[in-house]
Amino acid sequence: MKYHSQKVAYWFFAAAMLLLFLQLFYGFIMGFARMGFDGWHEIFPFNTARAVHTNLLVFWILLGFMGAAYYIIPEEAQRELVSVKLAYIQLISFLLVGVAALIGYHFNYWEGRKFLEIPRPLDWLVVINVLTFLGIILATIFKGKKRTTTALVLAMGLMFAGLLYLPGMIFFDNQTVDSFFRWWVVHLWVEGVWLLVMGGILAFLLIKLTGVDREVIEKWLYVIIGLTFLSGILGTGHHYYYIGVGKIWMIIGGIFSMLEPLVFLAMALFAMAMYRRNEKKHPNKTALYWTIGSAIVSFVGAGLLGMAHTLPQVNLFTHGTLVTAMHGHMAFWGAYAMIVFAIITYALPNLTGRKFYNTKIGQLAFWLSNIGMIGMTAAFGVAGVAQVYLERRLGLEFGTVQKELEVHFFVLILAASLFATGVLLFIWEFYKHGGPRDEALGEGDVFYKDSHLVNTLRQ
Amino acid sequence: MLSKSQARIFFIGATAFTFVVFLGLTWNSLSREVPVQTNPENLTAQVIEGKKLWESNNCMGCHTIFGEGAYYAPELTRVVERRGEAFIKAVLMTDQPWAPRGRKMVAYAMSEEEASNMVEFFKWAGEVDLNGFPPKPSIKR
Repeated sequence: MKYHSQKVAYWFFAAAMLLLFLQLFYGFIMGFARMGFDGWHEIFPFNTARAVHTNLLVFWILLGFMGAAYYIIPEEAQRELVSVKLAYIQLISFLLVGVAALIGYHFNYWEGRKFLEIPRPLDWLVVINVLTFLGIILATIFKGKKRTTTALVLAMGLMFAGLLYLPGMIFFDNQTVDSFFRWWVVHLWVEGVWLLVMGGILAFLLIKLTGVDREVIEKWLYVIIGLTFLSGILGTGHHYYYIGVGKIWMIIGGIFSMLEPLVFLAMALFAMAMYRRNEKKHPNKTALYWTIGSAIVSFVGAGLLGMAHTLPQVNLFTHGTLVTAMHGHMAFWGAYAMIVFAIITYALPNLTGRKFYNTKIGQLAFWLSNIGMIGMTAAFGVAGVAQVYLERRLGLEFGTVQKELEVHFFVLILAASLFATGVLLFIWEFYKHGGPRDEALGEGDVFYKDSHLVNTLRQ
Repeated sequence: MLSKSQARIFFIGATAFTFVVFLGLTWNSLSREVPVQTNPENLTAQVIEGKKLWESNNCMGCHTIFGEGAYYAPELTRVVERRGEAFIKAVLMTDQPWAPRGRKMVAYAMSEEEASNMVEFFKWAGEVDLNGFPPKPSIKR
């Protein structure tokens, strides 16, 4: 850690870990309910569990992004954050608003629009909060000694994400128009601007972990985010096939979303190529695993599995089935959860001064969670395809089909247990590092050079 | 080989181009397709109240409409055609736990008026032209 204010990041990461733990809990409630065991229906009906599960995901990923920004921006801009106090206020108020919303979901207080369940009065508090966050980040960049491409891309992603929250706050009396603009938030976030944030974090990590020249990495970063918007913006069309707007979206959405895997392919190839070119060997190999892993798993989960059901002819049958859940789980895990895990694994030894590189538990966390997620994706996939054939092709009744699918949720829960074990080990490792310490200040990145550890600051 | 400034131009160009096309298509959808496909003239006060109830109870947290939602409970776009008004009202108005095939639904105990608003909302949704969704079963038994 080079700057005192980077310590803020630790508390954002810690909060994210706590919420991630809760997210797993609500996931299991739904898994069991789908298997036929919904004994907690009175306290956690499915729609509550579902809203809490997805909102917690968005919530902790955003906390992870914010933490990442608070860690990365001082280092890129080469100065302290403009206000540490404001950053802590922003963290606490963000947690308060989020937790208030989550509690509200247990008492039927929400704005039941998939993924955007936060009620409108609370939306305004979120807006104020995000503006504060953006203010701190942008002011730090513009007052900084340097404005790097990595910092600008990261900030641009966060800024657009804030801007795109707004269309989701408007009330429309027409369900079609409502849905149309809901996707402006949801789709343009996850298949657009969030990828800028991911790209920015990925670039930062690759610069730090591989020692490849910044100019090379940032050049490819531009190519990747260029491909992201080229395919992602018009790719929104794949949500517009069957909601009551014209057939032109089938052509536009179909073509451009077939291009979306290219973004993830480029990202995976880029990460692999930079890894092969590595000019320095960083001792934090686990961070490198998560970084490269994120690029590869997002290619499979977001790129390939998304492409599998994106054509209108296929989507006509898979739209509104568990096939979407299959794609959604691996896509979010690979693209966003893993990149947040990567920046945490990289930053933690620097923040706490405890260099627990490559522990057995850290490695186990990586493999168990990833193998578990592959299993979960397979279980969702089998259930989804079975649902498509029985319900959509054969025309069996919804409930009859759901009964048939229960067995696949047993497999899902088995795989999810493996996944959860991995994630819990990750959280355990996080906890074991302890809090951020001033003693860690002034230490730069350490590299292996001729099999000796060299500190970049003391070189 | 590509330089960094060329890469930046590619990024800005691709973004600007697709965004302009996207805005154009959006304008086209809202001004020309929505009025034809969704019958906005039928959006009565009752339908809008129904939509508000749909949202304030997070029905989408289990059901789907236009194929969007949580896949835990049936798709409701054509529910009036499939089940009829009386059935829907009975489900919404009961205060008794309701669990078809063991899968539980929250007992909302809606008033007669609220339930009719929901039905009107479903009727409107059932008439929207969804480009062929939900599909007809295509394998003959």
